[in-house]
Amino acid sequence: MATTYEPIATYTSAGTTGITFTSFSGYTDLILIANGFESAGAYAVCRVNSDTGSNYSRLALRGNSSGATSAKVANETSWFPDLAMNPAGTILQFMNYSNATTYKTMLARFNDNAGTTAVQINMWRNTNAITTISLASSGGGSTLSGTFTLYGIKAA
Amino acid sequence: MIANQIAGLMGVSALAVGDYHSIATANGTGSSGTITFSSIPATYKHLQIRGIGRSSQSANYSFTYLRLNTDSGSNYSAHELVGNGTSPSSAGAATQVWGWAGYSGAQTNANNFGAFVIDILDYADTNKYKTVRSLTGYDANGVGAVAMESTGWRNTVAVTSVSLILDTFNFSTGTTFALYGIK
Repeated sequence: MATTYEPIATYTSAGTTGITFTSFSGYTDLILIANGFESAGAYAVCRVNSDTGSNYSRLALRGNSSGATSAKVANETSWFPDLAMNPAGTILQFMNYSNATTYKTMLARFNDNAGTTAVQINMWRNTNAITTISLASSGGGSTLSGTFTLYGIKAA
Repeated sequence: MIANQIAGLMGVSALAVGDYHSIATANGTGSSGTITFSSIPATYKHLQIRGIGRSSQSANYSFTYLRLNTDSGSNYSAHELVGNGTSPSSAGAATQVWGWAGYSGAQTNANNFGAFVIDILDYADTNKYKTVRSLTGYDANGVGAVAMESTGWRNTVAVTSVSLILDTFNFSTGTTFALYGIK
């Protein structure tokens, strides 16, 4: 039987300003698992297709020992995981990423070392297929460290 | 080693190659508010449905329901934890005629689809009631919702069909759901 859920690429880094995944054609969904930290304790940023325009938005539900909150941001220039990577485990699910008719939706889950857990819905307002996925540090000389693995899921 | 690290992160045992199988794909036609996966074999441990949905409703979103084995009796209970971008909320209901799958996009926002990752745990086990959980949401650039849904189906029979349902509206073309079996 053909492999349905398979690893595409893995980056392991002890300090990089960013990584980019390419060459992932032929799948239905993509799952990016990032387990690491951002050296400034800040957010990592995620972009697709190198788009730096204000075409991203997100909405989060978070909880920690103080309670639950929800927040949203529109017209951003990237996706933020809405959680400081200090360190953190994140699972980003890019749904139906290769169609050319819908805005692209990404579901995410986050858990960080400081005791916060979150789920987040993200949208890229572009109907183009996603062809690259980039993670980057927050800037100012900070870096990302950890293991970043991209998986592809192929529907019948 | 990486598989074990990732498995530890996800809280599951490491998968062997070939443990996650694609069973079927179903698409919205614009003329029906029900999408059904039927004749599901009992050869897996769990099921997962992944997809994006959009409704014909003139609204920001349409809530999407689910039924197992076409059971329309009052045999479901459901709960949710939701964030709308302003505040969190929760809800629950017993003795329902369907379970809660989550959020489809709708006509107010162009090209906007809701996303679903739905897990049906131990679906073929005839010794327990069935549990369904869903991670779902839609985002329309300033309006939206993200939620964790949970459904209990008070029936011990094996699940052989799963239906995703819009109440009085139709799934738009572009809607697509894929069913996977996990061994």
